Amino acid sequence: MAASESLLEVSDIHTYYGDSYVLHGLSLSLTPGKIVVILGRNGMGKTTLVRSIAGLTPPRRGEVKFEGQLLSGRTPYGIAQEGIAIVPQGRRIFKSLTVRENLMLPTSQLAKSGKRAPRAGKEWNLKAVLHEFPQLADRIGNLGSALSGGEQQMLAIGRALMANPSTILMDEPSEGLAPRLVQQVQEILVRLRSEGHAILLVEQNLGLALAVADEIYVISSGRFVFHGTSEELSRNTEVLDNHLGVAKGH
Amino acid sequence: MTAIVLQAINGLSLAALLFLLASGFTVTFGLMRVVNMAYGVYYLLGGYIGLTVMRATGSFELAMLVGGCAIVVLGFFVDRFLIRPIGSNHLAQVLLTVGVAFFVGEVCLAIWGGDSLKIQLPSYLRGSVELPGGIYYPKLRLALIGFGVFAALSLWLLYHKTQIGAVVRAGVDDREMVTAMGINIDLLFVLVSALASFLAGVAGVVGGAFLTLNPGAEWDILVLALVVVIVGGLGSLEGAVLGSIVVGLLDAYGRWLAPDFSYFVLFGPMAILLLFRPTGIFGKEH
Repeated sequence: MAASESLLEVSDIHTYYGDSYVLHGLSLSLTPGKIVVILGRNGMGKTTLVRSIAGLTPPRRGEVKFEGQLLSGRTPYGIAQEGIAIVPQGRRIFKSLTVRENLMLPTSQLAKSGKRAPRAGKEWNLKAVLHEFPQLADRIGNLGSALSGGEQQMLAIGRALMANPSTILMDEPSEGLAPRLVQQVQEILVRLRSEGHAILLVEQNLGLALAVADEIYVISSGRFVFHGTSEELSRNTEVLDNHLGVAKGH
Repeated sequence: MTAIVLQAINGLSLAALLFLLASGFTVTFGLMRVVNMAYGVYYLLGGYIGLTVMRATGSFELAMLVGGCAIVVLGFFVDRFLIRPIGSNHLAQVLLTVGVAFFVGEVCLAIWGGDSLKIQLPSYLRGSVELPGGIYYPKLRLALIGFGVFAALSLWLLYHKTQIGAVVRAGVDDREMVTAMGINIDLLFVLVSALASFLAGVAGVVGGAFLTLNPGAEWDILVLALVVVIVGGLGSLEGAVLGSIVVGLLDAYGRWLAPDFSYFVLFGPMAILLLFRPTGIFGKEH
């Protein structure tokens, strides 16, 4: 893939938490209409990668470019305003805000993204998000703290879409969800891809990852140990066994 | 019976004053995680500036406006150039802002002297009114209660019924995620800090008419405001309302019933509350 087609280009990033060296020179690229999946066990650096791209834990070395522009030194809100939305691990919805307030937050006057034209696919607004997630429409006036885990996950995804991003970073959206809701997440991912969104999906759910991925990276101890397609990963028993803890014939 | 009612109204009028100071303090801490011990001196300086404006113009409203705005300017410089560079170290914040309080307090002493000064009231706030039951009560104190209720309602509407209020509440919940949503958190900090500073300055002008302005008053009021935010819960506007009322009433009844133990009456219940609810009545773990 030519670098010029990339929306997001991560080049040799090294990220630390204090003295702890977490990411050891990771590189990847995201293109519109593609889902790139990062697979790995707990503590391998998946979430740190998302945080590094979003500017929440900036890398000490290496660079992240978005639409050809360097993001180094940018604030997290500056990066988000460029069109990169995040669905964080653990949902992290605002529990003292209602569902409506959670969804409307990215359209605040303090967030430039609210004034921008949609960058990929259809324009997301409150009506469109509630149409996509009808369970939220029924709870529109409820506080975030009153939602179930599944509803909170839908809210986290809907909140990200309200910023009309071109790129979405999703950190374990299937975590703790019932199989029916995981299926709904999968359908949403496929639909967003078809609308031209570039998606970086961090997952531990191998089934979901294999079902939606255009490219897969497997991360272990802060390094990529595999890069390929779902089919290639399915055939690579060494990676499956050693780095994902999946027995042959998963 | 009359004395009980009078003390209740006394307590509520002090509560209104404390709310003006504590509401900004608590929301600022909840959002920015900044412990700003200079709020007491913001109050005092706002009051002195209001005193000067009142003497020059005779306008109490202008005194409140100028007193509040002057503290917005001071608060901006303290936040931007002193507090922000030291980061999130709370001990450093406390030491720094205590230093600011001493410095500004000394400047006030040099300009306005060490005597207790009182802001002259406009004619419409002088004298007393007769309440039901034949109680005569100072107009100023009743007006202060009304002003406190107005301020509390205005802040509640701003906090709960506007988008900027939702952003502030979201920031109190999870500041990092607010920035990840594309919200300009730096601008939000400036806005919230400005509002808190304005309220502290206005409180000083009102307090200068209700109490007195003198060296040391900044620490007296700060201690009471701290009790309010600790009892109510850091970051909670509703907590500031409830905490102000509790502290105002305890102070009034404590001074009346047990003047030798008035501080114990105030701090004793606070200590007991903290044993069972360390985050205060409405506070949350961060």
